[in-house]
Order: sequence, then C-alpha cells, then structure tokens
Amino acid sequence: MCLSVPGKIISLYKNEEGISLAKVDFGGVSREVCAEMISGIKEGDYVLVHVGYIISKIDEKEAIETIRDIEKISEMDQEV
Amino acid sequence: MKYVEEYRDPELVRKLRVALQNTAEKKWNVMEVCGGQTHTIMKYGINDLLPPNLNLLHGPGCPVCVTPIEYIDAAIEIAMNENVILASYGDMLRVRGSNFDLLSAKGNGADVRIVYSPLDAIKLAQKYKEKNIVFFAIGFETTAPANGQAVLLAKRLELKNFFLLSAHVLVPPALRLLLRDNRTKINAILAAGHVCSVMGYEEYIDIAEEFGVPIIVTGFEPTDILEGILMAVKQLEKGITRVENQYRRVVVKEGNIEGKKIINQVFNVVDRAWRGMGIIPQSGLEIKEEYSDYNALEKFPLTFKENINNKLVCIAGEVLRGIKKPFECLYFRKECSPEHPIGAPMVSSEGACAAYYHYYKNKTLTYE
Repeated sequence: MCLSVPGKIISLYKNEEGISLAKVDFGGVSREVCAEMISGIKEGDYVLVHVGYIISKIDEKEAIETIRDIEKISEMDQEV
Repeated sequence: MKYVEEYRDPELVRKLRVALQNTAEKKWNVMEVCGGQTHTIMKYGINDLLPPNLNLLHGPGCPVCVTPIEYIDAAIEIAMNENVILASYGDMLRVRGSNFDLLSAKGNGADVRIVYSPLDAIKLAQKYKEKNIVFFAIGFETTAPANGQAVLLAKRLELKNFFLLSAHVLVPPALRLLLRDNRTKINAILAAGHVCSVMGYEEYIDIAEEFGVPIIVTGFEPTDILEGILMAVKQLEKGITRVENQYRRVVVKEGNIEGKKIINQVFNVVDRAWRGMGIIPQSGLEIKEEYSDYNALEKFPLTFKENINNKLVCIAGEVLRGIKKPFECLYFRKECSPEHPIGAPMVSSEGACAAYYHYYKNKTLTYE
C-alpha cells in the first residue's frame, strides 16, 4: 500500500480546475500525477510518487552520500 | 531506473553482509514494520544473507491485512445499494468480510471498481453525476493525505456525489502495542520509510526512549534494508537506543508539512479495531464533522458495528504481530494460497504470507 515509485518531473502545470499537476517520467513511462501536496519542486527534480501524488522530493546529495557511507563503513569493517 | 538500481548493487550488498557478520555478536530480533520491506526481504533473500544470530520479525504494515472485517462488510453493504459505484485499491477487493469479498459483491451485480489513485475516484464522480461514488479509503499515514486531499478536492469542485469510507490506521500506536506484548521479543525496529516521508520521525523518538529500542527509518531497496539492519545492530551491540534515519534521500525529520496539514484538516484520531490485533487506542482516522457531507458512514445508514470478536481461522493475527512466521500455519501452501486465501496476509501484495508463498523455498525453521 505504501508502495511509492521514484520518477523525474518532466513538466509542472495546473489543469482547468486549478489543480497542480505534474508529468513524471518513471524510467520511460510517464504519467500525470498530483502536485498539490508538495512545495519547492521544479522540472528535472526527482520525486517519490504514491497513489498518484508526489509525497516527497528525492535529495540527490543524500542519495549519493548513502551509497558512499555504505562503501566507507564496509571498507572499515573489511580492514578489521 | 535512477534511485532504484544503485540500491540493488550486488557489490554493496556483499559489503553490507560482511559488515553485519563482523558487527552482530549477540542474538537480536529486528522487526521491519512495512509489508513492502517484508517483500524486499523475501524477494532478494535478505534473511539468507544475515548471520544466524539475527532474526527478522515481520510487522503489521499491510493495510489490507489489518482493515477490520466490519469495514469490508460496510463496503459491501454500501456497494449493494442502487446508484453506487464503490472504488478501492485492487488488493482490498479480494479480502473476505464476514461472508464474502467485494469481488463477489461485484459478481452479484454491485458496481465495484479498482482505482490506482483517489483522483481516479474523483474523476468517476465528475463523469457519473447521477451515481454516488464511494471511495474505500484504506492505508497508513503515507496514503491518508492523498485520500484526505480527495475530500478537499470534492469540496472545491462542489461535488455532491463523492464519499469516503475511511478505514485509515496509524503506525505508532500499533508499534506501542507490539512493544508492550512480551511475546514479540522485538530488540529493534526498522520504521517504514514512506510513512515517515509524510510524518517525519519525531513521534518515534519517544517510543525509542520509552521502550529502549533502536528505531531506524529505513527504505525499501535491498541495500537500504541491510544498512537499516546494520545501523540497528550497531546500536544494540553498543547498548544505544535512539532513532536514526537510513532513508535520508527521502525522509526529513519533520516529514511532509503539507501532507500532515491535510491529515489534521480532514481527519480526527479515534480508537480503531485492527484485524487480528483488536482495538488499538487512538490508531485510526475518521472524517471530521466539518466534512461529514463526504463521509460514507453518514450518507449510508448501515447495520455494521465494530467488534473484535471475529474469530480468525488461521494464524494471521500472530503473523501480523511478528509472533509467528507464515510457514508455521497449518494452512500455508496447502488450503491457503494467493489464489484461495484464507487470511488477509495471503491476499495482499504486502502480506507476509504472500511474500513467503512467492519467495520462501525452505519450509524448515532456521531459527529458534
């Protein structure tokens, strides 16, 4: 149920009813999602989509650091 | 896919495995809360990568599994009304109520539809003005803002034919119940990353302190889960019990402010019965009086009552609390399968029984 999928924002717009929407690319498949629940996003950002809503922006810096952390922790462990 | 594949890198998995073997000295039970995490664990064989002194307990994080029978009965009763279209997420249709499931109701003539998003239900309300659209809203804090927003949207669009049947539940009260239950023997918790993307993790700080358990906010990919377990074990071995965030690329401490605002605007926190677990105080969300025009329970007079005396045939309740594993059930892989489920955890794509059914080859117990 809490399944959420990361995707890249292709465009941000409002429909005729004034609802904030976004077109998001999920690795080649794009879909219109609701952007009413999030602020501070722009085209090109990666976001997490759940039941047709953007629930979170993905922090690129933290994403890379998570990988680097694993590499670092493990190197220390291998040395022991 | 970016932000998916990097976290499935076999080399990183190998490194984490070695780190875990070097770190875990004592015997520990770590519970992953979310059913999505359970599926990652089973699908990628993560439990087979752990040293034998680490045991994973599977938590109750499967909304379809914990939605009480009474709400399914209510949804069926509403769906059988003339002029009603009942919409819900796919898994919910195959969970049995007292007598049958929503799919059978559809077979008996009810207009029951699967939707991907509450927005699809709103679109149905706009398209079929002469029908009443009832959206069966289930889920945890991740889903509640989207479903709550649908109510706000219905108001904004002046829709008079959109109603929500709210069976929403909250994670922290259930965790407290599990941590008080000495049958579960939980040493550490991997909190559900997507619930925390909405709620943040401030409310987990008190729980970690009160019960003396490390709580690690954890993501859903194999390296996320292994790193979450490693962070938990490091704390346990050092005797530390605090909240840490493994899923930093998605979760911030305060969560999604807009999402939390929608929950507070539309819902009240109430006591709620969980299937297989009984009534958990302050663990459910019901629609506020102010939005009662959109509350399906106000619109449709029902005979259903919440009660916790429903006897479960199988061990689903113990599976949901991490007391037993699916293969300990007499019916597992025999009378009970995803095609013919007896308990809700075999229905849902997040249920522990379905995860074991699809991915678990070894039927013997590998832990004490």
